[in-house]
Amino acid sequence: MLIDFFLHLKASRLPVSIQEFLTLLEALRQHVIAHSIDDFYLLSRAVLVKDESHFDKFDRAFGEYFKGVEALPGMEVLIPEEWLRRAVKKHLSDAERARLEKLGWEKLMETFRQRLAEQKERHSGGSKWIGSGGSSPFGHGGTHPEGIRLGGRSENRSAVKVWERREYRNLDDSVELGTRNIKVALRRLRRFAREGAAEELDLEGTIAGTARNAGWLDLKLRPERHNAVKVLLLLDIGGSMDDHIRVCEELFSACRSEFKHLEHYYFHNCVYDYLWRDNRRRHSERIATHDVLHRYGNDYKLIFVGDASMSPYELLQPNGSIEFNNVEPGAAWLRRLADTWPHSIWLNPEAEHSWPYRQSTSLIHNLLGGRMFPLTLDGLERGMRLLSK
Amino acid sequence: MRFSGSATYVTTRDLNLAVNAAITLQRPLLIKGEPGTGKTMLAEEVAAALGMPLFQWHIKSTTKAQQGLYEYDAVSRLRDSQLGEARVADIGSYIVKGVLWQAFECETASVVLIDEIDKADIEFPNDLLRELDRMEFFVYETRQTVRARQRPVVVITSNNEKELPDAFLRRCFFHYIRFPDKETMQSIVDVHFPGLKPALLREALEVFFELREIPGLKKKPSTSELLDWLKLLLAEDIPPEVLRSKEQKAAIPPLHGALLKNEQDVHLFERLIFMARHNR
Repeated sequence: MLIDFFLHLKASRLPVSIQEFLTLLEALRQHVIAHSIDDFYLLSRAVLVKDESHFDKFDRAFGEYFKGVEALPGMEVLIPEEWLRRAVKKHLSDAERARLEKLGWEKLMETFRQRLAEQKERHSGGSKWIGSGGSSPFGHGGTHPEGIRLGGRSENRSAVKVWERREYRNLDDSVELGTRNIKVALRRLRRFAREGAAEELDLEGTIAGTARNAGWLDLKLRPERHNAVKVLLLLDIGGSMDDHIRVCEELFSACRSEFKHLEHYYFHNCVYDYLWRDNRRRHSERIATHDVLHRYGNDYKLIFVGDASMSPYELLQPNGSIEFNNVEPGAAWLRRLADTWPHSIWLNPEAEHSWPYRQSTSLIHNLLGGRMFPLTLDGLERGMRLLSK
Repeated sequence: MRFSGSATYVTTRDLNLAVNAAITLQRPLLIKGEPGTGKTMLAEEVAAALGMPLFQWHIKSTTKAQQGLYEYDAVSRLRDSQLGEARVADIGSYIVKGVLWQAFECETASVVLIDEIDKADIEFPNDLLRELDRMEFFVYETRQTVRARQRPVVVITSNNEKELPDAFLRRCFFHYIRFPDKETMQSIVDVHFPGLKPALLREALEVFFELREIPGLKKKPSTSELLDWLKLLLAEDIPPEVLRSKEQKAAIPPLHGALLKNEQDVHLFERLIFMARHNR
């Protein structure tokens, strides 16, 4: 029966391996636990799950599998009011919140609790129950104007389960991206080289040299190792990027301390004839993109940061830019940049699943040969792995 | 040999189970959790409870896996050779034993703490795979194989600053120390301050958990900060009434510097209080 359990976990996309499964069986054979489902839950979690961000997934998979054997300990259907408030703040605009007054906050919450209590099964569609889709004011992905979007992302296949107390929920989030995380991802790009004055003691060389010298000390020095990766960063600024400023700032501050050679320029929506370094003096102190193309060698790694959201005309038509009359279309410039620096990627702060729905995004995606990555930790990792090849 | 907490260390059932499973199956135990929830303390307590010696290896960003096994002190040997010392002939006298070697040599079973493994280089855990799996390693300089007499209990802590490699994780048991709930916290405090006035404790815990719920704090105060704060409250002899202050909910709790360690957090907190006062 446990093989089914293992396969069920696997099917729930938990990264479990055969080795860990055998360890679990071994633990059972050695009677680490008594015959209790609670202990088995704890043991299998300790053996099979190695990251707290998977705890939530595990809880769900475990609950599904052992449904009927016994309800998962400590699970109850209860929504903390605090959380609801936060969800409302997060998901509704001011105008929507004003409209919410129509139904009234208290009443809405009251109805919500009531419905939740009545509801036993997973529900999808329909106009009354809480669930996914549908037009009830409650649930996920609904269409009711006063509805509250609850339960986060689409991977919550059953909305009811979301309400069962899943304590590790807030750990299951790959979007959280701090400067520190970015640095770790960027470290992949580091390549060390020895250049400059010899001032570090080369121990191995000294020993070898001394041995060759029949025991007379022969000190060998060598230059210190330092980071030899060169990065050219082109950042989209203004307009639709305003929402993502914070993420970009973090990326920027991480880059700063991580690379010795880091050059950065700004552009707006798409790269055209000019770039600039200081956004406040973007009109007075701009530099021709051609000069940038010639200034930095092709050993530089080129990183675009931008949401790639613009009108397709800005990419495809001459004079398409919203700022000035460009002779060549943006796509030509992008292609030129990508040709000059073969190691180039585009980091996009927009969520990856929304890319295919934006024409300009998929255009740029194709222009760069698919080297577009989301600005999440996972995306950074993938991008850096590609760049360091 | 079963671990079930100690007089000075409160454990939860899942933690006990994870520790005991790791001891029984002789696998390393990886501990994660918020800073200040007693990850490092765990190894000390396990060692004390089971009466085993403890070997600690604190990892820094420059630590190499090799340093836990042994180091060859080539520089002393070089210097000695220039002075014509007799012991130069024996390379063995320049091998400095690392923490793991000491633990492997230990007559009795021991506990090894590898503290903050995520501080080291990304490849660090991979370099220790075989050593932790087989509990043996080869000393190249002296051509000897060091094998553990008794497989030590290995406790590894991580602050999640880096992802650990899958191959490494597969060999470990894993436990995430959750932030204690109110009851657990109460028993933790009871263990550390047996004579604490119940009134003071109740109010202090209230303030503490309220503080943790402020959204947007960079570093939420944790168990060890609560304990420090209580110590201060006791030392300053602050009466529980000061903490209660439901009407003056807007008051800053005394000695809050022990709880909030970040300038921005203190600012945020003061701003919230200012707003609360304003709305009253």
